[in-house]
Amino acid sequence: MSLQIISIILGSLTLASALMVVLSKHPIRSVIYLVVTFFFITSMYIMMNAQFLAIVNMIVYAGAIMVLFLFVLMLLNLNKEMEPMNTKGAQLAAFIAGGSLFLVLITALKDTLILGQTYRQQDNSIGLVKELGNLLFTKYVVAFELTSILFIAAMVGAILLAKREKQIIE
Amino acid sequence: MDTALLIEKSILVLLLFLVSLGAAAYMTYFERKLAAWIQDRVGPDRAGPFGILQPIADGVKMFLKEDFIPAKADKWLFIIGPGIAMFTALITSAVVPWGPKLHLFGRDIALQVADINIGILYVFGVLSVGVYGIMIGGWASNNKYSLYGAIRASSQMISYELAMGVSAITIVLLSGSLSLNDIVTQQSGVWNVFYQPVAFFIFFVCSLAELNRAPFDLPECESELVGGYHTEYSSMKLGLYLFAEYTSMFVSSAIMAILFFGGYHFPGMSHFSGNTLAILGIAALAIKIFIFIFVIMWIRWTIPRFRFDQLMHLGWKTLLPLSLINLLITGLVIAFKNGWF
Repeated sequence: MSLQIISIILGSLTLASALMVVLSKHPIRSVIYLVVTFFFITSMYIMMNAQFLAIVNMIVYAGAIMVLFLFVLMLLNLNKEMEPMNTKGAQLAAFIAGGSLFLVLITALKDTLILGQTYRQQDNSIGLVKELGNLLFTKYVVAFELTSILFIAAMVGAILLAKREKQIIE
Repeated sequence: MDTALLIEKSILVLLLFLVSLGAAAYMTYFERKLAAWIQDRVGPDRAGPFGILQPIADGVKMFLKEDFIPAKADKWLFIIGPGIAMFTALITSAVVPWGPKLHLFGRDIALQVADINIGILYVFGVLSVGVYGIMIGGWASNNKYSLYGAIRASSQMISYELAMGVSAITIVLLSGSLSLNDIVTQQSGVWNVFYQPVAFFIFFVCSLAELNRAPFDLPECESELVGGYHTEYSSMKLGLYLFAEYTSMFVSSAIMAILFFGGYHFPGMSHFSGNTLAILGIAALAIKIFIFIFVIMWIRWTIPRFRFDQLMHLGWKTLLPLSLINLLITGLVIAFKNGWF
């Protein structure tokens, strides 16, 4: 029962901070609210006993990616006059894109009920590093290796872009 | 919920909090005395015998100074910046195993707040979040020197985190566990540093960079940036930033002692048992932490600081490839030992 209360509190806090990402006027504040949202999601993973996923979410999303976001925004120093893409057409496009994503998410919610039941049938060690590693290197090994190739390709591309820009300057 | 466990952990958390803060306060005194010794001066000697009350006097001074917020600063972010820095510095110590089990009131008390099985990842998670305190504070000050300091600090912390993580992975490979408790208990015979001297060297250099300590203290480089990311800070907010730096120095010394120097293990450990062993273990870890702190301070007062491009070159072009090669060799040796070839 107390677990349920904790998850309700966590869920509403997650939703509140996620809403603040969209509602706050200042881009830097939005990013900070997004970091807070990631922290609440991390705590939700911990509630589901997925310790590894929780800590990876914290390191990768809250730690690395959001720091880069913050970095770029701090250097850009956006203010209202300079805000790009604020025309009526862009707003309409954003509304339609966001609305269709929302529809997809609503339909995906139906599947979570079934997934939740399968989760309850498993034992508590399902989210621990050992189980996850075993799954990644046996059942999902092809997908895992392909993803890593994708990452390396992206990394090489990024380095190539950075290098080319430097040559132009020189 | 086990009430006794709850009380036990709360007492441990409170003790850790006080010890970390006390250690940080007295590290400032120790640093000044050490600097004086190296530069052939006397150092602080007015407050109490040998200046032993100097940290308290400094603390009182910090509290009594005018607390100033710049007119164009982002007020809320300016206030929470030092708070985040202090918070992240303090919470790392939760996973550190401080000693063998104590027997008190008929209970086995583990001297570790949380023995989570991803302990080492937790340390890295907190480390990667630690950038926010400096970044937010530096940006919110609305001062170009602060912003430069913040950007330098965060880019250096992101860069050195990689090599640090890879050198920690070699330790994980050796011990086969992510839990700091397991890593310590496996070093009861030979300490990890004898298997992994290169990894230790990389880890140590990277921790210096993560701590923004000399020779990597460019974020607060006085000759270029006035005061770095805390240029606009005054009073106890500045105090919190400085305190956070010393607290994280204390905790990262503990982490280094645990990963590479056997944690609370010491030679001749098998002759003792029970509470004597626990107390001796804590003392051994404390001595190791003290030695690390001494070496870090010694480096600060001996070696001049790097230039920023040199720092980036060292991080990306020397330490990261070196740590990757070290990881590869470790992996091959372990695979060979397990009979894969």
